[in-house]
Amino acid sequence: MNFEFSDDVTAMREEVNRFLTKRLPVGAVRRQIETGDAFDRELWPALAGMGWLGVAIPEAYGGAGLGHEALCMIAEELGRALPFVPFSSSIFLAAQAILEFGSEAQKQKYLPGLADGSLIGTFALAEGAGDPSPSAVGTAFANGQLTGRKLPVFDAAAADFAVVAARSGTGEIGLFIAGFDGPGITRENLASLDLGRPAAAIIFTAAPAEPLPQAGDWSAVARLLDQAAILFAFEAVGGAQGAAAMALDYAKSRYAFGRPIAALQALKHKLADIYVATELARSNAYFGAWALEANAPELAAAAAAARVSANDAFFEAAKENIQIHGGMGFTWESDCHLYYRRAKQLSGNLGSARYWRNRLIDRLITQNQTEAA
Amino acid sequence: MDFSDTPEEAVFRAEARAFLDANAVLKSEHSRTSGSRAFNAEDVALSKAWQGKKAEAGFAGFHWPKKYGGREGTQMQAIIFAQEEEKYLVPPGIFNQGVGMALPTIMSCGTQAQIDRYARPALFGEEVWCQLFSEPAAGSDLAGLRTRVARDGDDWVVNGQKVWTSNAHFSQFAMLVARSNPDVPKHQGLTFFILDMAAPGVEVRRIKQISGTSNFCEVFLTDVRIPDSQRLGAVGDGWKVAMTMLANERFTVGQAEGPDFDDIFRLAKLVMLDDAPAVNDSAVREKLVNWYCQAQGLKYTRLRMQTALSRGKTPGPEASIAKLVSATKLQEIAAFGVDLLGQAGAVMDSTAPFDAWFQNALLYAPGKRIAGGTDEILRNIIAERVLKMPADMRVDKDMPFNKIPAGPR
Repeated sequence: MNFEFSDDVTAMREEVNRFLTKRLPVGAVRRQIETGDAFDRELWPALAGMGWLGVAIPEAYGGAGLGHEALCMIAEELGRALPFVPFSSSIFLAAQAILEFGSEAQKQKYLPGLADGSLIGTFALAEGAGDPSPSAVGTAFANGQLTGRKLPVFDAAAADFAVVAARSGTGEIGLFIAGFDGPGITRENLASLDLGRPAAAIIFTAAPAEPLPQAGDWSAVARLLDQAAILFAFEAVGGAQGAAAMALDYAKSRYAFGRPIAALQALKHKLADIYVATELARSNAYFGAWALEANAPELAAAAAAARVSANDAFFEAAKENIQIHGGMGFTWESDCHLYYRRAKQLSGNLGSARYWRNRLIDRLITQNQTEAA
Repeated sequence: MDFSDTPEEAVFRAEARAFLDANAVLKSEHSRTSGSRAFNAEDVALSKAWQGKKAEAGFAGFHWPKKYGGREGTQMQAIIFAQEEEKYLVPPGIFNQGVGMALPTIMSCGTQAQIDRYARPALFGEEVWCQLFSEPAAGSDLAGLRTRVARDGDDWVVNGQKVWTSNAHFSQFAMLVARSNPDVPKHQGLTFFILDMAAPGVEVRRIKQISGTSNFCEVFLTDVRIPDSQRLGAVGDGWKVAMTMLANERFTVGQAEGPDFDDIFRLAKLVMLDDAPAVNDSAVREKLVNWYCQAQGLKYTRLRMQTALSRGKTPGPEASIAKLVSATKLQEIAAFGVDLLGQAGAVMDSTAPFDAWFQNALLYAPGKRIAGGTDEILRNIIAERVLKMPADMRVDKDMPFNKIPAGPR
């Protein structure tokens, strides 16, 4: 039995961690965001140069072909470091969709660019408030063209194309690639809760698009959400750990009443609980990584459990990080808000917590019936 | 990542299964384990026989040296055997204190004569051990214990009271820690002994818990004489010996037994709320998901620790997570199971659904949050040893024991 990352992935983690720590000292991410640009244009090619964008993309398509275990590890490190780059939109979602549902020609066309960073993709599902559901998809695909309005689409300003969920002529929901350089596309940047993952509205008016041929109905969207949920869960685990580490460092160095506030039991118990929640979430995410790599039937339940526990742990860590920092944590310069904002972006980006909780129980009921039959 | 055994582990698992198949019966699918059954004389006799059988076959004392009857095996073998044994109906385990804790401590702190006298009878199930640590005024603050021990010729004489002792009423020997010098700071004045529970002056009384069952005893010690040859470690080294012993305990205290996610999920599918199964209710779902995530999280945390063990690492204080989470989860699931039954939740007789399993668990769960380290102490351990937060202020640390404020008695 081996329930840890492989030695290769563990060695690679140290490299990723060292790189991000060096490139992103405290305040660096915030200063990048303050430039008003769509993403950190220096860091992005550097990440690509290290081979990390294409880590799970097969070698035949310009990637490293190291599998999803390595990508999960990178997701965790990105969650900790919060770099201002469209990694998750481009890799967890767009590349994953093409890898899973694209034609051979589409894989040849898009994946090498996604792997080397010259091409950035994103994913457009939501159309305003509400959870993912086929009935919530109003965007239509007909005659090779998309018409509809998607909101929010994350990292849209950085992206060159989107994988769009839309209803085709048959009435089924499919996935379609729409380039942003063509006609019939308007991108409107929106004020965003998570400054490091800016949102936009995209209006498609008879915009040319091509279907991903293997995405024949809603189950493809559901599967993509499950796969991405595991990667985002790793990001949340990394975020929880980053926020908790920040809180812990501060508590050890901040003196009040003649001793470090870390010596106060109220803080100890708070941070112990966050540690426990994060470790349980990490274990659930590990099981998700196994299910993703093995393409196991447990994938859906594993994804939901990983997502729910990681997001809960992250928000707890992020909000208590501010609390432990006191007034300082409430300021723009403290960086505490970057975790706080990210935690909430993650808890809704693929559908609400309520939605995923329901998905989990529905899934367990089905699994149980299958076992009984 | 993969869940399969290594070839060596698979061979061992097959051996373990063959032994268990030949000597025990598999449990039924939904057998209900309770964390509170009190053991009677028949249980004790069966347990002793089962332990003997396991020891004869080499399935006991996995980390013990061969010369004392052990296997000199690996921690993974102990885990695999426990995983397999759990699937069978076997007598209750009453040898943890002896085989898992007392004897390893004697082997590291005791004399050769002590090891030779006690090792084999413990391993082969002939002698049961208990632990005389906690006192009415010394629980989490164990070093504040007050039981006195004074030298008298070749003997020591003990006076005091111990409490929360599992198995004391059928144990032959006890690990006893007592105060030999009250004039020095509390950790320095303790000495450790092996106590013969049949010695004159040892009186065992069962404690009746809130559930009405008796899993624990209180032990009164009045002018009990212990020969100096029964002392374990040097005079004044009792704390060190006790810590050696409690370090072994961390390997043995696991999950709180009782209804878990699968059980409350089953109940929620059976019970009707507003003419639909309770599992359809969103408030019910919210709770179910929390417990599912905790139960799964614990399961895979355990596998991560086993992976660390199989790579030769020693699990540290992070092992506290399992007990901290599972005890609270047990209490919450038990309480919610009772809630789901509505007015019938108040019934505990033989007609109650699930044999009143949730009600019974509700009554023993509070003890699980206290025994073997309270929730609060476990959080301190995680904070101080894992997160390296500074230790609490201890006003009594350097004070002679007899000067420490003790509150009204």
